[in-house]
Amino acid sequence: MAYTERLDGRKANVLRPMEAKVGIIPNAEGSAYFKIGNTIAYAAVYGPREVFPRFMSNPKKGILRCHYNMLPFSGTGERIRPGNKRRSQEISMVMQKALLPVVDLDAFPNSMVEVYVEFPQTDAGTRCAAISAASMALAEAGIPMKDMVSSVAVGQVDGAVVSDLTYEEEAFDAIVSDIPVAMLHNSKEISLLQMDGEISKEDLIASLELAKETVEQVYEVQMKALKEKYQFNDNSEVKEE
Amino acid sequence: MSNGLIVEDRSVVIPGEILANGMDYLPGNNAYREGEVIYSKSLGLVSLSGRVIKVTPVAGPYQPKVGDKIICQVKDIAMSGWRVKTNTAYSAMLNVKDATNKFIKRDEDLSKILGVGDFIIAKISRVTSQKLIDLTMREQDLFKVSGGRIVRINSLKVPRIIGKQGSMVSLIKKYTRCDITVGQNGLILVRGREAEHEFLAEEVIKMVESKSHQRGLTEKVEAFLKEEASKIESLSSSNVGNNNESTENPEEQNGGEE
Repeated sequence: MAYTERLDGRKANVLRPMEAKVGIIPNAEGSAYFKIGNTIAYAAVYGPREVFPRFMSNPKKGILRCHYNMLPFSGTGERIRPGNKRRSQEISMVMQKALLPVVDLDAFPNSMVEVYVEFPQTDAGTRCAAISAASMALAEAGIPMKDMVSSVAVGQVDGAVVSDLTYEEEAFDAIVSDIPVAMLHNSKEISLLQMDGEISKEDLIASLELAKETVEQVYEVQMKALKEKYQFNDNSEVKEE
Repeated sequence: MSNGLIVEDRSVVIPGEILANGMDYLPGNNAYREGEVIYSKSLGLVSLSGRVIKVTPVAGPYQPKVGDKIICQVKDIAMSGWRVKTNTAYSAMLNVKDATNKFIKRDEDLSKILGVGDFIIAKISRVTSQKLIDLTMREQDLFKVSGGRIVRINSLKVPRIIGKQGSMVSLIKKYTRCDITVGQNGLILVRGREAEHEFLAEEVIKMVESKSHQRGLTEKVEAFLKEEASKIESLSSSNVGNNNESTENPEEQNGGEE
């Protein structure tokens, strides 16, 4: 059976509805909430602060450390055992590598900036949501950044090139591939590219073009959320925290 | 793309946003040029001065500068000085000779002068490229904190707490009758005669922090202070005026760790 209509009726280049907000965790230097479909990410940024363990510190510039965590009840199936796993370690690493090209920590030698991303609910595309949320949280924390990073998953479901796959699509009973992509906004440089599944060369090129197009929608949401926090009218109420 | 300035003065920009095209403008603080285009490097407000475009960040870590008065906490005692927490990623060193005018014997117990956990008001005397910080307390108005309340705010909001020529801080002092010392690193020491006064001062400081970008803030703060102070008997408006005496506060040290 050919995949002509998507399971949730979206067009190929339409992402799930997105929501974003910054400054939601008062104790953190910067924080962001990013929701895409049923995937919800909370990112919190702490630091620059002292590096522990000490040997990891770099006297030339600050280091960036990322932590990715799915909460036990966040999945669609069984309880997720808490704690560090091979998968979360990998995603923490790719997050860090996706964000490093933009953050500028030259002014903070021997220090570290930490990004924690937590998922209370997931429905595929978590590493993309993590990167998009982390990028907003870093900006809100006032860490110097040369650009924003936005991220979206694209892929192929039974021959159809689509963007922002849901878990149901990833588990579709056919040949499926899932390609998370993270891009810098101005240069369109790719800072994350992974793939799971099978795809033809033509479809791969088509899906990367689709990623380039749809990632703009993520960027718009990120920009709006960051600017919204500082668009005040003079009669606004005092924020109580 | 059109040439020249893309954004308006005083508008909010996010990292990577294009500020101007072409070579007519120069990138200032928190902005950078790549090719012909000037980009923002931080979340902040655009401020234009002549041909220079800079971005004033709305958040960010405190950068220690020589001459800054900061409030910090002793975290360790070293051979001939103290290691001090500065509310940054870097700790500072306070040498014995910079801590006091008194004569200290070679083997004297330094914890008698400053113990672990004590708050001090000190001045930054040296900062290296690796952000090693030296402090001094041998100047006027630098002392060990005894009593009062430490309020923590974003260090970038410190200029708003102080206000133009100290207008905001003297307003808060006048109505709450607290003695307020603002550290450039975002720690503020509030000492009042009664706990209630300190609570009010803390509330107002937090209010200024959260509304810092608004116009006419001083008037709003004054109105708020007038109303709140009238509710507290010992601060009611008839008494306002005889302020600013520094107060000895018997109250327990109540700042710092949450």
